[in-house]
Amino acid sequence: MKKRTIALMLTAAMAAASLTGCGGGSSTSETTAAQTQATTAAQAETTTAAQEEVPAESEAEEAAAPVSDGELIKVGIINNDPNESGYRTANDADLKKMFTKENGYDASFAYSLKNDEQITAAQKFIQDEVDFLLLSAADTSGWDSVLQDANDAGIGVILFDRTIDASEDLYLASIVSDMDKEGETAVNWLAGQGLDSYNIIHIQGVMGSAAQQGRTGALDAKVAAEDSWTLVTQQTAEWNSEKAQQIVQSVIDSGTEFNVIYAENDDMAKGAVAALDKANISHGVGKDVIVMGFDCNKWALQELLAGNWNYDGQCNPFQATYIDKVIKQVMSGEELTEKTIIMDEKGFDAEEITEDDVNTYGI
Amino acid sequence: MIKKNSLFASRQIFIPIAALVLLALFNLILDPSFFKITLGHNSTGDPVLTGYLMTILDYGSEVAILAIGMTLVTAASGGQDISVGAAVAIAGSVILRVLVGLGGDGSLQAPIIVGFLAACVVAMLFGAFNGVLVAVFNIQPMVATLILYTAGRSIAAWINNNELPIITEPTFTYFGGFIPGIPIPTPFFLAVVCIILTMLALKFTTLGLYTQAVGINASSSRLNGLNPTFIKWLSFVILGLCVAVVGLIKTSRLSTINYSVIAKDIEMDAILAVALGGNVLSGGKFNIMASIIGAYVIQFLTTTLYKFNVSSDALPAYKAIVVILLVVFSAPTVKDKLLKVMKKQKGVS
Repeated sequence: MKKRTIALMLTAAMAAASLTGCGGGSSTSETTAAQTQATTAAQAETTTAAQEEVPAESEAEEAAAPVSDGELIKVGIINNDPNESGYRTANDADLKKMFTKENGYDASFAYSLKNDEQITAAQKFIQDEVDFLLLSAADTSGWDSVLQDANDAGIGVILFDRTIDASEDLYLASIVSDMDKEGETAVNWLAGQGLDSYNIIHIQGVMGSAAQQGRTGALDAKVAAEDSWTLVTQQTAEWNSEKAQQIVQSVIDSGTEFNVIYAENDDMAKGAVAALDKANISHGVGKDVIVMGFDCNKWALQELLAGNWNYDGQCNPFQATYIDKVIKQVMSGEELTEKTIIMDEKGFDAEEITEDDVNTYGI
Repeated sequence: MIKKNSLFASRQIFIPIAALVLLALFNLILDPSFFKITLGHNSTGDPVLTGYLMTILDYGSEVAILAIGMTLVTAASGGQDISVGAAVAIAGSVILRVLVGLGGDGSLQAPIIVGFLAACVVAMLFGAFNGVLVAVFNIQPMVATLILYTAGRSIAAWINNNELPIITEPTFTYFGGFIPGIPIPTPFFLAVVCIILTMLALKFTTLGLYTQAVGINASSSRLNGLNPTFIKWLSFVILGLCVAVVGLIKTSRLSTINYSVIAKDIEMDAILAVALGGNVLSGGKFNIMASIIGAYVIQFLTTTLYKFNVSSDALPAYKAIVVILLVVFSAPTVKDKLLKVMKKQKGVS
């Protein structure tokens, strides 16, 4: 009896919780949730609630606006949930802008942060006989068989943003960011500032993530190579601005001198700057401390424009033009020269950034 | 019997104070400059005190405020609320939504007090939701609050349509920073106000007594004319109020928040503060002052570790050691043995 009330209660609570997502929460998940254990049910429901529905909505009608060769290219796009981060939101908007009827595409979208739901969506796209399958996989493994099916059906698979552990033969191309290069670009920029000595507060992202490893690797190598480069502290703030603030605060309290803050994302740079402001340490263009961030959030680029920060490195979410190029090449029968396409990624200098850059590259 | 009780009460507050002294001694021996406080100016030219101790007062106050509510919840329901971090995200999100709204340019659309009151109402509603699950439906508190723990941050993101508004109004930064002319961090004052209000409530109302009675034995307190359901529910609502205050401080620190990481794991610190304060985690007798000192001890520990450049992802491991020691020493079997040993020694001397 008591168990039943708990189950009922949780179902009600979870129905409420599903309002928080984007109208996800299907009825099946609620009934099953009521049967399973309380804790796991609550967890499962909220994760599904946070996602959009898997079934894709087909956006274009076949009849509308035929392009030059008279046929729309059918693409199925599987992406992570756009609400996951600012990066993903910009990424999704970019794809939606490119794959329109005007550009000759008939695009369907499916979103999920779960690998198995993504695979189901892929199977559905294969049944729908799409021409190309674009994939940003939630997880690196488990894709072999479904991609084999796609190949057998003559569907071209293009990976974007994330790579997978599968044979290269299964996909046409993979369009990714090179995190190591992002780090190198930033470190080279810093070296170009020509300071007498570099005393760096290094604030890292979540340890082990690709972005952290790439951005840390370049700096570590430079510090090891140059005598005038020292790390005052090297700490992970786990992408968290509050933690970054405390780490910088601790260095300030200790009275150690420093002149560079190398934060591996914008949030952490913002936290660091808050600590500097509190201690009246000047930062930005021509000031005492150089502030560096990554990801190019719009608000961060505005800080650059105002001269409060010095550098922001891009993590490019705009893969659509690259994908478009690959598709056009395949359609015209050209041979693809490379499997892995690395995107151009910029680093913005506060002295050179313009209002246009902020609007174009800010995410 | 009465004597034993008072002895026990004084011993309870002795635990966090001993921990505090231990940490202070540790720092004094290794590096006395830890206690240096300097008067400087911040970038807006106002006087501010800086130093490790000020950092402890500043950041420890957040946990201290939460520890007040968490102590009451622990005492009344015999369980802990693990959703406070997510609830802080919700409260902060409400403040942002009310103050700047969607697509705003960062200027204030409403007085700050309105934003704060709205956050209080929302946080108390979520507290009431947890309270109903625990008090009315008798769900284990940790399981009941697990719902908000998992859903809370999505709700916070949803309130602002997943945007991250930034408040440009300078007066808003006072709550998590400094009020011009006063060199002590504002969060400390907010904590003091919360503590005074709680102490007054405990002194002049029956809240403390009733909470304790319900925590010790809910059915016998019901037979004595109390309403355990209401008392338990009330403790969660009070915690909601504490959450709103912390939400204000957190939002004010950076003039914005990041829903997915703000106040991450703060619930664990708040629960640890309660445990460190020597309160019984299964409910009953409690001492709020001890919890508050416990909160500052945790921040003392965190700041000390930062000072010695201990990798910040190793911090939870150190906190875990503290928890293990606490649990071991407060276990009945160990306690009994210690008491026996002490008695023997007394007998000998």
